[in-house]
Amino acid sequence: MKPRHFLLAAYVVFLMLPLYWLLNMSFKTNEEILGAFTLFPHDFTFDNYRVIFTDASWYMGYVNSIIYVTLNTLISLTVALPAAYAFSRYTFVGDKHLFFWLLTNRMAPPAVFLLPFFQLYSSIGLFDTHIAVALAHCLFNVPLSVWILEGFMSGVPKEIDETAFIDGYSFPRFFVTIFLPMIRSGVGVTAFFCFMFSWVELLLARTLTSVNAKPIAAIMTRTVSASGMDWGVLAAAGVLTIIPGALVIWFVRNHIAKGFALGRV
Amino acid sequence: MTKTENNRAWFLVLPVFALVAFSAIVPLMTVVNYSVQDIFGPDNRVFVGAEWYREILQDDRLRRALLRQFVFSLAVLVIEIPLGIAVALSMPRRGRWASLILVVLALPLLIPWNVVGTIWQIFGRADIGLGGVLVTALGIDYNYAANPFDAWATVLVMDVWHWTSLVALLCFSGLKAIPDAYYQAARIDGASNWAVFRYVQLPKLGNVLLIAVLLRFMDSFMIYSEPFVLTGGGPGNSTTFLSQTLARLAVGQFDLGPAAAFSLIYFLIILLFCWLFYTTMMQLGRGQQQ
Repeated sequence: MKPRHFLLAAYVVFLMLPLYWLLNMSFKTNEEILGAFTLFPHDFTFDNYRVIFTDASWYMGYVNSIIYVTLNTLISLTVALPAAYAFSRYTFVGDKHLFFWLLTNRMAPPAVFLLPFFQLYSSIGLFDTHIAVALAHCLFNVPLSVWILEGFMSGVPKEIDETAFIDGYSFPRFFVTIFLPMIRSGVGVTAFFCFMFSWVELLLARTLTSVNAKPIAAIMTRTVSASGMDWGVLAAAGVLTIIPGALVIWFVRNHIAKGFALGRV
Repeated sequence: MTKTENNRAWFLVLPVFALVAFSAIVPLMTVVNYSVQDIFGPDNRVFVGAEWYREILQDDRLRRALLRQFVFSLAVLVIEIPLGIAVALSMPRRGRWASLILVVLALPLLIPWNVVGTIWQIFGRADIGLGGVLVTALGIDYNYAANPFDAWATVLVMDVWHWTSLVALLCFSGLKAIPDAYYQAARIDGASNWAVFRYVQLPKLGNVLLIAVLLRFMDSFMIYSEPFVLTGGGPGNSTTFLSQTLARLAVGQFDLGPAAAFSLIYFLIILLFCWLFYTTMMQLGRGQQQ
């Protein structure tokens, strides 16, 4: 084995060990976890998963998360598509400043917006609703979408637009029937990244919700801080939060770097 | 691409502008408002000028958090950038293995941040976690919940686990963009592996690495969920970084004035690095067009 393969193998093992351990613990009973140190579950059980799927306070966390994440992805894409087109095709007064301002919002620490968001959404009566979290996550997802989509749209030659307009297409008809199909992989990648960044965020989602829209991430931290540590259920809940990402990752594998670098690689 | 000048394009941008203004400008103005007033009740507030700023800048706790934050972000860069480059260099360029490894590397990036904390919380425990047991088996007295050094080490290793893949993926896509002709020329010249890396690969990676450095710096600068779950900022305050200090001040103690002043200073630091990031990216875009 060449040394470089050794490095790669060691790194992959380093990545996989903690994940394996989480999976391993999710199939153990609490007695086994605390009683004996075992490398694989001797007393194999699905009980931990059963707890999550039968207890409404657990599985509603997943439902809430999925609702606001989906809402956020839809809102972000809807507003970002025309804007990205404008940035990729036209220059207009203040375009560079606007583009930079969008970037600052992607990079802004959520902690800075914590308190004002809490008061803003409380005062307009949206506290503890899914739409509040979805709108709050737009803070970083809309700029992200604009940046990624602009990257993809700039790859489409401008002659296509001009030909379509000469052929008598109106702008909305051109955009929906010709342009969108051409950048559909870009739209897919953008949707994936909106979904992901909204799915992994905890601070804002936890602050803006209390009961009805509480995300799974917040329910997990609550269990951690409670005295009765139910390690098995905690591990099972963790495994279930990884699954949505793991399911779609194969399809976006060639675009991951692009998405994280705001479409600039 | 040459762009046409057209101010009607503003209509296309308007929805984004309205939405982001609602979720960025309104809250930011609230913060500015709070940072210069002392608020006792809804109708009872006093203008205090720069007092909160003075208080914040002299607060020892915050200074230490800021220092801790810079040390942490620098440590993250020093470890993750070389490791990421090394991993990217050792990855196969194409084929089934390349796809599989891409997927495996990307996996930690898609895990909710607090679950990353949970994973390491379990993994690092000396009694029930594999990692903790392994370290203890080496004869090291390891406990991340009690010993500040162990806590730091665990938070750092966790961040390396979580984000090195990002650096590796960025570098990988940079390496893939180098034409084969460069390698052939190097082989004809009889260049060693090191020479190929130093004079062919590294210069070509420059742009991607800049992005990687800036992204990693900015994201580690606002790290919150992972250490919050893993150590809760402890033991003591040894792993309390800026975001957590701010969250504690704002939502824990409801010290509106100082929290707002702190937010603005924090935001300005981020803004500065953002500008660096933007100029770099725009320079990069211009370089590609030529």
